[in-house]
Amino acid sequence: MTNARWIRITSSTNIPPREGRPVRLEDGREIAIFNLGDRFLAVDNRCPHSGGPLCDGIVTGASVVCPLHAWRINLQTGAVDRPGGAACVQSYPVRVDEGVVLVEVPDRAAIAKQGAAA
Amino acid sequence: MTRLVVVGNGMAGIAAAEQILKHAPTFAITVFGDETHVNYNRILLSSVLAGEQSADDIVLNPIDWYQRHAIDLHLGTRVIDVDADGKTVTSDDGRTTAYDVLLLATGSTAWMPPIAGLDKDGVFVFRTLDDTRGLLARAAPGVKAVVIGGGLLGLEAARGLQVQGCDVTVVHLMDRLMERQLDPAGGAYLQERIAQLGVRVLVNRSTTAVLGGGGVDGVELADGTKLEADLVVVAAGIRPNVELGRRAGLAVGRGILVNDFMETSRPDVFAVGECVEHNGVCYGLVAPLLEQARVLAATITGNRGAKYEGSIQAAKLKIMGVEVFSAGAWEDAPDAAPVRFEDPALGVYKKLVLRDGRLSGVILVGETADSHRYMEWLRTGKDLAAERRHLLVPPPPADPGVDVAQMPDSATVCGCVGVTKASIIEAIHQQGVNTLSQLKEATRASTGCGSCTGLCQALLKAVAPDFEEETRKVLCACVPFTQEALREILRSQRLRSVQDVLDIYGNGAGCEVCKPALSYMLDMRWCGDHDEDRSARFINDRVHANIQKDGTFSVVPRMRGGVTSAAELRRIADVADKYRVPMVKITGSQRIDLLGIRKEDLPAVWADLGMPSGQAYTKGVRMVKTCVGTDFCRFGTQDSTAAGIELERRLEHLYTPHKVKMAAVGCPRNCAEATVKDIGLVGVEGGWQVVVGGAAGKSVRKADLLVTVETTAAALEAAELFFQYYREHANYLERTYDFVERLGIEKVRKETVYAPAPVKAALRDRLRKSKARARDAWQEGRTPVNPTQFIPLDPIDQLNV
Ligand code: SRM
Ligand SMILES: Cc1cc2nc3c(=O)[nH]c(=O)nc-3n(C[C@H](O)[C@H](O)[C@H](O)COP(=O)(O)OP(=O)(O)OC[C@H]3O[C@@H](n4cnc5c(N)ncnc54)[C@H](O)[C@@H]3O)c2cc1C
Ligand code: SF4
Ligand code: FES
Repeated sequence: MTNARWIRITSSTNIPPREGRPVRLEDGREIAIFNLGDRFLAVDNRCPHSGGPLCDGIVTGASVVCPLHAWRINLQTGAVDRPGGAACVQSYPVRVDEGVVLVEVPDRAAIAKQGAAA
Repeated sequence: MTRLVVVGNGMAGIAAAEQILKHAPTFAITVFGDETHVNYNRILLSSVLAGEQSADDIVLNPIDWYQRHAIDLHLGTRVIDVDADGKTVTSDDGRTTAYDVLLLATGSTAWMPPIAGLDKDGVFVFRTLDDTRGLLARAAPGVKAVVIGGGLLGLEAARGLQVQGCDVTVVHLMDRLMERQLDPAGGAYLQERIAQLGVRVLVNRSTTAVLGGGGVDGVELADGTKLEADLVVVAAGIRPNVELGRRAGLAVGRGILVNDFMETSRPDVFAVGECVEHNGVCYGLVAPLLEQARVLAATITGNRGAKYEGSIQAAKLKIMGVEVFSAGAWEDAPDAAPVRFEDPALGVYKKLVLRDGRLSGVILVGETADSHRYMEWLRTGKDLAAERRHLLVPPPPADPGVDVAQMPDSATVCGCVGVTKASIIEAIHQQGVNTLSQLKEATRASTGCGSCTGLCQALLKAVAPDFEEETRKVLCACVPFTQEALREILRSQRLRSVQDVLDIYGNGAGCEVCKPALSYMLDMRWCGDHDEDRSARFINDRVHANIQKDGTFSVVPRMRGGVTSAAELRRIADVADKYRVPMVKITGSQRIDLLGIRKEDLPAVWADLGMPSGQAYTKGVRMVKTCVGTDFCRFGTQDSTAAGIELERRLEHLYTPHKVKMAAVGCPRNCAEATVKDIGLVGVEGGWQVVVGGAAGKSVRKADLLVTVETTAAALEAAELFFQYYREHANYLERTYDFVERLGIEKVRKETVYAPAPVKAALRDRLRKSKARARDAWQEGRTPVNPTQFIPLDPIDQLNV
């Protein structure tokens, strides 16, 4: 049984270099996908501080700075870059195939299980 | 009284005279100079050419200095003969002047290589203020300039001309630039940097002829290449002026020969500066000349004893962002151990040459912060065994004071003027020096090339009881320069995008602090004609609305002067209904805010409103609040409503270092609060007071009076001048209340409303250029910069397929 599956999102040209764009999936989750110039990364589009839209932040290296109160979130690990801050956002594997950005998200069975566990 | 005649009113001659007067004020001094100017800092001609300083700024000894010391000064007068037996000199005005002691300080002249056509109009050398003025008169955007010679002088000339907008090519005979200071690798790094500036460099090329009829129209190279040129600068080297030395019967080699006491072969004739040769060396830099002048003064005044034993040659290139330093003997040799570091991506190349465990020479390209450390090692011949691991990468000092503390008192801090650590400390204590400007005034330190500014600052910090920091902090760790330095870098270079600046001067990544700041600086530098990079801007500036706590946006349309109409209000009401706007609010700035709009609705909202952006979300021109003025108010003395609307029209859609809020009121009752705005127009009987730097936000500050004028046109012009001046000189995120406070209103007045006509015209011209490119940001609703600027991605796959 697979726990995750790759979803085709959009043409890579729809995300300009060093910017992020949001995408809402059917299960209600909103993911922010970033184009770092040499690769794409994705995290949940909700700042752990107060829900700020991370897709609207300024990219710095492989991190993004939340537009609301400037928390800095590492896009590879989802970790918040602040002293003592253990907060984290979910990050997602991303790949580009023939010019299309794909994100790997937990499949419905996994989501259902997560939901049941919660 | 001893009659001293000085030939040459240049840096060495006058430095010697200053020293002599210190020893023995009884000398009666006559000075002949064939230039028509008082003594100025020749080093800084490069800055004058680059437009960074004016001729007045570089004066070293103003006319009253000569008067105070009763010096008989003959400017524009050339000494043409010396009768060493009869002890007289003859000048070209026919006068004969008797001396007891003669000092030759005739400097050098540009060497003219054997190139045909150097007599044509449009061929320049770069030696004097007049040369510089001549160049400035010709240099203009689009003018094609060829600089013959890729040494220090040629490169500085090239850079100056390029800053003036010329299209510059450097033609260099040797295989690399600055071959006398750099090894082949260093030369290659330098060439790369220079090319990045937009200056074309041709090495290994010899120029054979300057082409053209009466005036220059090109140059021809030995390989047959022809280059177009409207002006040519010859910077192929210098030759000491020894002619008078010969006439005085002195022993002359390449220069006038002097011994360690600065004596020539005749007892009553002395020489100093670039015209002399000491121990087989002719120096072409200021530091050695000043050392010579000190020794000479001792000898001439009967205190013979101090010796001049030669100088370590150290050269620095004064081109912002192209750091080059070279000193000592850096050539590879069998007994020499070179230590190198290079990083092509950073453009940094460093080479130290050690002999017997001591430093003998150094080359630094791309990063010269450590040059003082190396100079000190060179000077003292320090045994470097203990430093071996940290030769090229010093352990970072815990605090900047440490480095200073380690310097011995005798260490030279300012190499240009020759000021030691001890004399700086003395000035701090005895003259109550607390700021860098005071230090400059008291010791002249840091008035030459300026590269010791950091050290002076550190010394002040460590020693001065009431030290006041003058320069601002660096922008951020990504681009570790002060904003002032960055503005200068951008001004002189061809960088057009934030990413270019980050790649060349920073860590390549940037952050939320530096990216928006650089975006602004580039916009300002290029009057809007830069490569706009949305990823470098805050979300508000990517979608032209203010982000709210829930991720929605607010929309404030422009309502010039706070004046609206029934039709506009109706459209606003319709938009509020159609998009279910959660809140419609009258703002504190006489306009209306629609809050809680979704990003994807922004373009449609703007289209329905049919009003321009009020820029309420950005560092830009906010509103001009107005009162009802003469139109309706019984006290109004001026039509403040019309003036405010016109002011808003002229400045709207422009970006600024921080937001700019304005107001125009009809009389001093000040109903629209003009005296607490960034720019305010206050109507008075018979005219307007233009006030600036006011605030009633985080700070409350009453605006300063910039100027009082009679007409509305003049008031608007004054406001525009201040506005553009603020745009060009303020640090990013510096509101006018801090800016005006930092500079002082006197300086602001002097450089805006009281500035010379051409300066004012230039400010207004740049404002006009920016304005011509500025446009209502909300037009992007119709033509987005990319397809997903406002809308979220629509996934190709669904989860449940
Ligand atoms: C909407 C408004 C309040 C209102 O409902 O009236 C407002 C709202 C905000 N102000 Fe203001 N200011 C508003 C008038 C003012 C005024 C009064 C004025 O303009 O005459 C002031 C004092 C005057 C001044 O600025 O000199 C004012 C001083 C500030 C400051 C303090 C600035 C300072 O350096 O002193 C900030 C913070 C900042 O800019 O760093 C600020 C920042 C803000 C921000 C942009 C905060 C932010 O970054 O999100 C607020 C946006 C709210 C939102 O979500 O849209 N606002 N703010 C007013 C919009 C005016 C307009 O039409 O453009
Ligand atoms: C553009 C430029 C940039 C430079 N940058 C640097 C730098 O960064 N660092 C550095 O250390 N050095 C620099 N130099 C070199 C430095 O300026 C000189 O080494 C220094 O000025 C030499 O001083 P001097 O008094 O010997 O000669 P000068 O300053 O040339 O003075 C000699 C004066 O004597 C006059 N004179 C000559 N003959 C006669 C006569 N017969 N009768 C009357 N007057 C006469 C000349 O016209 C001249 O005014 C630079 C030079 C230039 C041109
Ligand atoms: S300030 Fe003067 S002109 Fe303006 S409304 Fe008040 S009284 Fe009228
Ligand atoms: S919501 Fe992201 S920093 Fe506050």
